[in-house]
Amino acid sequence: MSLYKTGRRVLVVGCLAGTLALTACSGGGSGNATSSGTTGGSAAAQTITYLVDNSENAVNQTQALIAAFHTAHPEITVQMETRAQGTDGDNIVKTKLATGEMEDVFAYNSGSLFTALDPAKNLVDLTGEAYMANLTDSFKTAVTTGGKVYGVPSGTSDGGGILYNKKIYEQLGLKVPKTWDEFMANCQKIKDAGIAPVIQTYGDTWTSQLFVLADFYNISQQDAKWAENYTANKAKYADEPALTSFKRLQAVYDAGYLNKDFASATNSQGLQQLVDGTGAHYPMLTWVVGTYVALNPDAANYIGFFAQPGDDAAKNGLTAWVSGGVYIPTTTTGDKLAAAKTFLGWLATPAACEASAAALAPTGPYNVKGCSVPADSPQAVLDLQQYFTDGNVGVALEFLSPLKGPNLEKITVEVGSGMTPAAAGAAAYDEDVKKQAQQLALPGW
Amino acid sequence: MSVGTDLRRANSRVGRASHPGANFAKHAYPLWFYLPAGIIFLTLFIVPTVLSFYFAFTRWTLFDSWFIGFDNFVQFFREPSLIGSLTHTLVYGVLTSGLKVVLGMLLAVALTGPVIARGYLRSVTFFPVLLSSVGVGITFKVLLDPYHGVVNGVWSAVFGGDGPGWLTDPKLALYSVIGIDVWKGLGLATLIYIAGIMAIPAEYFEAARVDGAGFWKIFRTIILPLSFPATSTVIVLSLIGGLRSFDLIWTTTSGGPGWASDVIASVIYKQYQAGFYGLSTAGNVVLFIVVTAIVYPLSRWLNKREAEL
Repeated sequence: MSLYKTGRRVLVVGCLAGTLALTACSGGGSGNATSSGTTGGSAAAQTITYLVDNSENAVNQTQALIAAFHTAHPEITVQMETRAQGTDGDNIVKTKLATGEMEDVFAYNSGSLFTALDPAKNLVDLTGEAYMANLTDSFKTAVTTGGKVYGVPSGTSDGGGILYNKKIYEQLGLKVPKTWDEFMANCQKIKDAGIAPVIQTYGDTWTSQLFVLADFYNISQQDAKWAENYTANKAKYADEPALTSFKRLQAVYDAGYLNKDFASATNSQGLQQLVDGTGAHYPMLTWVVGTYVALNPDAANYIGFFAQPGDDAAKNGLTAWVSGGVYIPTTTTGDKLAAAKTFLGWLATPAACEASAAALAPTGPYNVKGCSVPADSPQAVLDLQQYFTDGNVGVALEFLSPLKGPNLEKITVEVGSGMTPAAAGAAAYDEDVKKQAQQLALPGW
Repeated sequence: MSVGTDLRRANSRVGRASHPGANFAKHAYPLWFYLPAGIIFLTLFIVPTVLSFYFAFTRWTLFDSWFIGFDNFVQFFREPSLIGSLTHTLVYGVLTSGLKVVLGMLLAVALTGPVIARGYLRSVTFFPVLLSSVGVGITFKVLLDPYHGVVNGVWSAVFGGDGPGWLTDPKLALYSVIGIDVWKGLGLATLIYIAGIMAIPAEYFEAARVDGAGFWKIFRTIILPLSFPATSTVIVLSLIGGLRSFDLIWTTTSGGPGWASDVIASVIYKQYQAGFYGLSTAGNVVLFIVVTAIVYPLSRWLNKREAEL
């Protein structure tokens, strides 16, 4: 977090300088385009800019995509720009859109964060594009508001659930749990063996939300309309079935199942403990798979994944995180808009999946039809894929409802470290969500 | 009594009339010399300030804003974290300011006395002031890590067992940050005190010593009262700094765990991060009012006491 701040300052300056340079570039670029347009009339060389976040994964993947796209469409050059991640990145994107300084194409989250961009005003409607037929419905739902589709996928979908160390499971003769009670029983046996059953890493506060967020499949199994009622101010986290999610977070703390440095450990330290076998379970998103494989290549084989179990073994299933989207802002017009649409159309083809898989091993299924996860993927990804194959998948709440309260990670830290009881935490989160609903001017709040 | 006050009034009237700014019409330079600076001040300070007072009354998404009256302020004071953060802000401001006064004074007395390597020691004391708060915050976060940090490594070696979670224990976090802030800001307080003590005429010390006053007596009757201008400067500066402190808290705990070390400034920043631009602007207006309400009367009172001395 602290690094974000300094990083952001540098980045803001960089962005300012960058935007100056960009406006200069785009001025020159369009001039070239019109002159060659008047002389020739054939496809003119065109440069478009593409804004992605500055994580190593995003940068590597984007460079591979840009290179492959340029081979397929030599007349268009895509130039990558980067921005900060996290909430600072959110504000950069919003500021750029509000001031008309957004790059020609940009990548951003789908779901609730996408809704907060006011897509009807700021983004180009892609509903009528032919390539929409290539995309999965779950993705299209996550980039749709007001009946219009605005994006194409920028990567793979991911699973939220529990990464576990298979060596420990084999040693202790444990079975993958299908219910929460089985999970807690496994934890007890692991604790008795002197290993931390559950790794939590509140040094990176976002990681504290997993037990609550990844439990959503279980909520929706009990009440299929829960997300809808939640958006309409009729369902609350303080009431069952949703309250159980907070209770589970508290339960692992109360039982003393956490690693001893849970309050200060960071995400990478947590993954290290999982890989080293000093911790057995880590509630996480599968997009960290690449990170722990980098820590130890063998871990690809002995770290597995299972969905967060609920009350009923027959209704066991996965909460999935839909991939982020790639969008065109309304400030992109004329030849650049045409080039941008060509780029997005290409991103929605299997060729794009292959290019991106070469740079970054997929951490879940693609949202483009005809793309598949390689059979030699890490074990956790194959475990995840199994849920999709079996069809036991629902998307996380933030892709069904525009509501996600910004303080959830603080509240889950409090509940997950015994500072606040589950019921009080859930009630505090309902208050937090109310602010978000009012900010979005949703009816009924 | 009445003669005295009359005289004083007359004096002040004379003083005011002779003040050079009072009749600028006859001034050597024309008024429009103020224009360039005035324009910069107007566009970069006055306009945003006035606008922020307006946006504090709106719900603002950056794309759109609509007027909602006092809702933001109501919401801000209903925030479960806000009452806590207000208390934390006051505790932070008062404690850092108080500690800087006491420790700064003691250090300054020591560093104006006859000690070996005085110049060197003075520089060492001042050194932390030169560091960036962000750098200090990150460094201390590493040093104070409960299991991998140097501080608890020493703790375990000396006392055995695990040391406290300086920044992760909700009961300790705020005080740890206060400690870091004092470490960082103490040099400036000491510097101001050294200047204050050096300004006391040497005759007073000599006379006191001739009269047989010991160190304690000199400290209480000469240094303490006569360095009062320094004390009031240190109090005002460090209180303002403490009340709006943000960078150190943000880099060490981000207001956490939970809200255990949140202050008004970090709560405001979180609202901004979350995209609640109107609410966060309203928070800034609240901060502005709180700081003014505390510091303005305090600084008036301190000035008055200074004048009385």
